[in-house]
Amino acid sequence: MTPRTRLILFRVLQAIPALAGVILVSFILTRMLPGDPAAYFAGPAATTESIAEIRAAMGLDRSLPVQFLHYVLDLFSGDLGNSLSTGQPVLEELARRLPASLELTFTALLLSCGIALPLGIAAAVNQGSWIDHVCRAVVTAGVSLPTFFTGIVLVYVFYYLLGWAPSPLGRLDFVYLSPPDVTGFYVIDALLAGDMETAWGAARQLILPATTLALFTLAPLARMARASMLQALSSDYIRTARAAGLREGQVIFGYAFQNAMLPVITTLGMVFSFMLGANVLVEKVFAWPGIGSYAVEALVVSDYAAVQGFVLAMAILFVLLNLVIDILYTVVDPRTREG
Amino acid sequence: MFLDVENLNVTFKTRRGLVSAVRDVSFTLEKGETLGIVGESGSGKSVSSYAIMRILDRNGRIANGRVSFDDMDLTAFSNREMRELRGREISMVFQNPRAALNPIRKVGHQIEDVLRRHSRATKYTARKKAIKALEAVRISDPEKRYDAYPFELSGGMCQRIVIAIALACDPRLLIADEPTTGLDVTTQKVVMDLLAELTTRRGMSSILITHDLGLAAEYCDRIVVMKDGEIVEQGKPDALFARPANAYTRRLISATPRPGAEIGDLVDPPLPSPPRPELGAPLLQVKNLSKVFGHGDDAVTAVDDISFDIREGETLGLVGESGCGKSTTSSMVMRLMDPSNGEILLNGKPMTDVPAAKFARDPRRASLQMVFQDATDSINPRFTARQAIADPIRRLTDEKPNGRVEELATQVGLPLTLLDRFPHQLSGGQKARVGIARALASRPKLLILDEPTAALDVSIQAVVLNLLAELRASLGVSYLFVSHDLHVVRLLCDRIIVMRKGRIVEEGDTASIMDNPTDDYTKTLLAATPMAPRADRDEVDIAITAKQAIAE
Repeated sequence: MTPRTRLILFRVLQAIPALAGVILVSFILTRMLPGDPAAYFAGPAATTESIAEIRAAMGLDRSLPVQFLHYVLDLFSGDLGNSLSTGQPVLEELARRLPASLELTFTALLLSCGIALPLGIAAAVNQGSWIDHVCRAVVTAGVSLPTFFTGIVLVYVFYYLLGWAPSPLGRLDFVYLSPPDVTGFYVIDALLAGDMETAWGAARQLILPATTLALFTLAPLARMARASMLQALSSDYIRTARAAGLREGQVIFGYAFQNAMLPVITTLGMVFSFMLGANVLVEKVFAWPGIGSYAVEALVVSDYAAVQGFVLAMAILFVLLNLVIDILYTVVDPRTREG
Repeated sequence: MFLDVENLNVTFKTRRGLVSAVRDVSFTLEKGETLGIVGESGSGKSVSSYAIMRILDRNGRIANGRVSFDDMDLTAFSNREMRELRGREISMVFQNPRAALNPIRKVGHQIEDVLRRHSRATKYTARKKAIKALEAVRISDPEKRYDAYPFELSGGMCQRIVIAIALACDPRLLIADEPTTGLDVTTQKVVMDLLAELTTRRGMSSILITHDLGLAAEYCDRIVVMKDGEIVEQGKPDALFARPANAYTRRLISATPRPGAEIGDLVDPPLPSPPRPELGAPLLQVKNLSKVFGHGDDAVTAVDDISFDIREGETLGLVGESGCGKSTTSSMVMRLMDPSNGEILLNGKPMTDVPAAKFARDPRRASLQMVFQDATDSINPRFTARQAIADPIRRLTDEKPNGRVEELATQVGLPLTLLDRFPHQLSGGQKARVGIARALASRPKLLILDEPTAALDVSIQAVVLNLLAELRASLGVSYLFVSHDLHVVRLLCDRIIVMRKGRIVEEGDTASIMDNPTDDYTKTLLAATPMAPRADRDEVDIAITAKQAIAE
């Protein structure tokens, strides 16, 4: 086994205790929620006895360790419980809504990387020039404008004033049928099915919320790309590369950028997790049927199974994300493969 | 004329306005000649060479002057034309070789990049030619080293890679900017000999930029001495050393440690050497000290069963190259690290019974202090000089810092007006004085000097060494002087220990080690240090004395 595969395997194993912790924390967290799910479920006309009956039926009268044991056992059989408010299995609902959130997040991430990285690199290479000032302005704006505000402004301008964007109501206008489910990403599914019209419709719905999220994440990425690029460009090995007459393109992209990538990857991981949080607001503004809005609704009514499922899904996503970042690091930086 | 630099002026745009770093510098270089540019930090020696290569930092530019290379005016070249020239006609080798290589690219690929850039290889021949380039700089097992990353190679090995990159396309001019600074003396000799041999065999011209007069004298045909951005003197090494016309050159020559010179001779005008303190009872006794890092198969023995004593008022030199265990030894003596085996006694009482982690609160902490190699990095950047010196007074003694700080500053020759400055507002020499004052603050009996002058220019090194000798005479402290340079150690030490691979290979009086070394390794170390010819006032044949000095 090469050191690299061994290290990657080790990183995967390291994710296991994190996942165990996540399961425990998600359980405790939901039990600490204010409000009594049994009382909510029993309805406003319930008597004390009927509430107690429901509590017993839901298993909430047993001790916490016993509840936890059942929770873990159910988890391993793939059962996250049923939502109290809709009666649907939580796993199914999450599975239906997660792709919507992921489609939004990934699109936004692609968009913001596509703008932030070139902008940061150009700003570093031409330090002090107009492009550097543009970069600074964009970064400041991105940091200081909250997502719900940019979201509403974008809707106001592009939907209400200009009429370029479709109404901000979900993933697809009602005139289209949702494409056959393959990846869960509407644009990709529609393209796979060869339905250009639906793909276009889904893309049009996607563009405003994705832009809102992208604006939010643009700032840290551009700033980190600029800073790490500046540092890389002032390194000794860049001077060596220049002294060897290497072309400017190779110096900047082959030598400086590869080294500058390392902190950018770290930031990318952080930004991705910010985004999952920011999703909640953006999904609300654009009526996006993702897991963020699902979680907010569940929280409001103390729907603990749904909240638990959401927390768990998010945490697993985080752990996997960090795993991917770590593995990316080992691939990019040979120094991490030692010891 | 192969290279003709005429009235070169380089300016840098800084926040405080234009700073001129190089003023009216002119020199020439013939085909096959090696020119040495010598000067201390800030002399503009590196900037001049960057200007020739046109790789100045963004804020620097050639304000005036002409650089003609093989009858082409380089200052008139476009950036694109310069890029064609660099690496193919003129190349450069840098100091700090590990940082000079791309840390995340295989060294073989870095050589290929240059070869392919200048069309010396295609995709299909690149690997073969890169391995050939590795062979040319005598890297053993080049096929395997091709896939190595810089962090997997030693400093000397990295410098060979940098040289391989520089020479890959057979340039006609090589500029070496402090190519061996930071390398061990024996590695320095190997790298310099390799450079000299390769440039001679290929008929190349070269420029060697260095702060080390001895190195320049040994390897260069002609020497240019620079100070504050200007050339103060140039000439052939023997003539320059025999009859330095310029006062600065004279000062530089006399400040360079060399055989025969006493510590007071290093400064200009010469000082009488301070008296050596009377030697008293044994202060520090080290018995069968060992340190093993790691366990099982990975265990590395850094220090292997060494014993030595230091008496009161005595100065012991601990000499060796990187990795010989001298830093581990000084950390253990300083009680910053616990030994795996053996004991350390202070005034006859064992110190090793208190673990290193708890030694900071031990009353004996005040008796053992340390002066560090890098004066800049070892002072808290948010402390003024006064705070840095007062800190140990408050922590380790019952005295009041008021008054005592001033007394210490006066002792180490730090002007009192500088006490309220922060480290970045002080020069290297001033920071070294702060470091010494701080170490003396707790009235220690033993001072561990860990390469205290390695980061300083020779003229400041001379002053600091004299200061240390005076302090020893007036305070009667003992020193453990850790260094890689036998010629610096000789000036201050009564006895010397030479370490290699964790063991003591030779031990004895300074004079006997320097004049009659018995161990082969000590001989190698002594021979590897380049020696400037003596600036004798009567004109003996300098070249012969230089050769003798090297042979000794």
